Amino acid sequence: MDPIIILQAGVATGTVLLFATIGEIFAERSGVLNLGVEGMMLIGAMTAFSTTIATGNPWLGVLAAMLAAGLISQIHAFITITLQADQVVSGLALTFVGTGISLVLGEGLSKAGTVSLMPNFSIPLLSQIPFLGPILFTKQSVLVYIGYLLVPLTWYYINHTRPGLNLRAVGEYPSAADSLGISVFRLRYFYVFIGGMMAGLAGATISLAVAPGWFSELTTAGQGWIAVGLVIFAQWDPVRAMFGSYAFGALRRLILDIQGPTILFGFNNPFYYNPYWGFFLQMLPYAFTVIVLVIGSREAIRKRLGAPAALGNPYVRGERGK
Amino acid sequence: MTETTSSQKKSMGFKIRVEPRLDEPPAWHPVLVSLGAIIVALILGGILISFAGGDPIKSYLHIADASFGDTGVLSDTIVKATPILLAALACSVAFRMKLWNIGAEGQFIMGAFGASAVVLAPLLAEDTPRWLFLTVMALAGMAAGAIWGFIPGYLKAKFNVNEIISTLMMNYIAVAWINFWIFGVWSEGGFQMSPKFPNNAWLPRLLEYAKTYPALRGLTTHAGLLLGIIAAVVLWLIVYRSRWGYEIRLIGDNPHAAKYAGINITGNIIYVMMLSGALAGLGGMSEVSGVVHRLQTSPLAAGYGFTGIIVAWLAKLNPIVIVLVSVLFGALILAGREIQPSGVPKMIQGIILVSLIASDFLLRYRIRIVRADAEE
Repeated sequence: MDPIIILQAGVATGTVLLFATIGEIFAERSGVLNLGVEGMMLIGAMTAFSTTIATGNPWLGVLAAMLAAGLISQIHAFITITLQADQVVSGLALTFVGTGISLVLGEGLSKAGTVSLMPNFSIPLLSQIPFLGPILFTKQSVLVYIGYLLVPLTWYYINHTRPGLNLRAVGEYPSAADSLGISVFRLRYFYVFIGGMMAGLAGATISLAVAPGWFSELTTAGQGWIAVGLVIFAQWDPVRAMFGSYAFGALRRLILDIQGPTILFGFNNPFYYNPYWGFFLQMLPYAFTVIVLVIGSREAIRKRLGAPAALGNPYVRGERGK
Repeated sequence: MTETTSSQKKSMGFKIRVEPRLDEPPAWHPVLVSLGAIIVALILGGILISFAGGDPIKSYLHIADASFGDTGVLSDTIVKATPILLAALACSVAFRMKLWNIGAEGQFIMGAFGASAVVLAPLLAEDTPRWLFLTVMALAGMAAGAIWGFIPGYLKAKFNVNEIISTLMMNYIAVAWINFWIFGVWSEGGFQMSPKFPNNAWLPRLLEYAKTYPALRGLTTHAGLLLGIIAAVVLWLIVYRSRWGYEIRLIGDNPHAAKYAGINITGNIIYVMMLSGALAGLGGMSEVSGVVHRLQTSPLAAGYGFTGIIVAWLAKLNPIVIVLVSVLFGALILAGREIQPSGVPKMIQGIILVSLIASDFLLRYRIRIVRADAEE
């Protein structure tokens, strides 16, 4: 129950949620709600693991995971953007398909043994900073460091660049964007693809760094859905997404650690003596997701913030009022 | 790519044009499109099966034979169809209002818990008459499911909390909740299951009547099927023949019009979520009392709630059609247990849903092949 270890592990585990959440922020900012994150993450985790077994190179595994999940996201893009079908049902279907395909193609992978994982290292100088050094910059996976870089870059891209402005325009007011010569369809396809690649990266982060291996659906255990919830909590902002993701990561580690010691805060630890009380701890991430949604939704009402205005609506050229 | 399009224009003189459908398509049209979507899904699934090293034709023949081959397996198919039927009814009424209750799985599990609590707590003595026992179990199951539907419904109505994510989170919480009981309080000798229920708490099965009708020997179809069919008829009457059903449909089709018509939307969100949860909870009761006969996680949290989503969608949310479609999916799940690789049924379900949604396009648009020189 060392707080430094819990926070250090929290940042590592939270990186999974961070990648998935940022990917979904991109897709939703462009106006496409993609509920297939869980399925795309499973595809990513499975592809990363099997590619690494086949080639021995985890970097190739990560790359293959991003491509595979990006490709499968295009099913959703085609159905919702070109065929203009309901984004909710299509996203659900994508989760079913992604889960099913990863189970079929991942058959037998769980017995595959160990593979070479993404490298861990400490950063000189930065790891000497008191408190933050051991948490953020000591023996973390290279993917965690990529996460640190990604947050400010994404934030800057969305809020302060020309393509970022186009992205927001397409999600807020597609017909205005269209009249300015921005291709709504092409941009939406592109950002759904980016979202898919990020979900694939999140899956690869699980199977090649945070919790190595392939354990069928239990590999993700609902983290894709938590990511979709975090997007709402984060109000489509990557910086808030980062805090939410790391907090959830720390919570997951805390739940594991709290069941270890025999004495907890001077009392006999009930979770140690009656292990089945631990199921209440297991509920916590899911219960917290609901609480976080309540907070996010209330804040949105109070500050008049909200989802991108065109989120969930297919864009039809020449139709009024969209 | 560019070459073919230009040559199409010049030499062949035909062009594919997509235009919105202005008239209502004939009644057989949606049926045909759905059938076509399923066939496309089976072909795609077959390609993926052979990609994973299996034999698609053998797999499909096996599914057909292992689920409709004789009365014995047909009865097993119906046993599998029963929980799917009730879960799909639960999804259909919520979806009708465009309320995305993805939590039928959790409400189903809580229904099984509520029914089990009557036996295990125990709320009723072991020698309670069977009809009373089963009635109380069904009510307890429906109540537990309704509570599990109420929570996300209330959060949606009051705080506008996205019900897709909240209902999904409630699924995971429900699994942890029943695990707590069967690993701890109700564990039978340290095993991860409760003791077996007394016979009074079992839904009647066909094989009980084998003495009078020998043909029924060994058939495990239970009265849950009857509950499901009654629920389907009642739900059809509610949705299509009652004032409440009209409100539900109006909110689903046009929330603005519903609001101006003075319909209580927030109230209906909560009521419909509770009705949906109660139906799924009844499914859980039927499964625990008709098949499993004890509280145990793996046979109850087997994904019936998720299959229900697909069945409801395939049946176009019509309760009566759901009865028929459930039997098909019962067959897929029953036979799928023996197919290698084991993820095949799940994958086929997903692909069916994808091609169904994609095929909706054909109901809203028509694709015409026209001569290129006929226009422009």
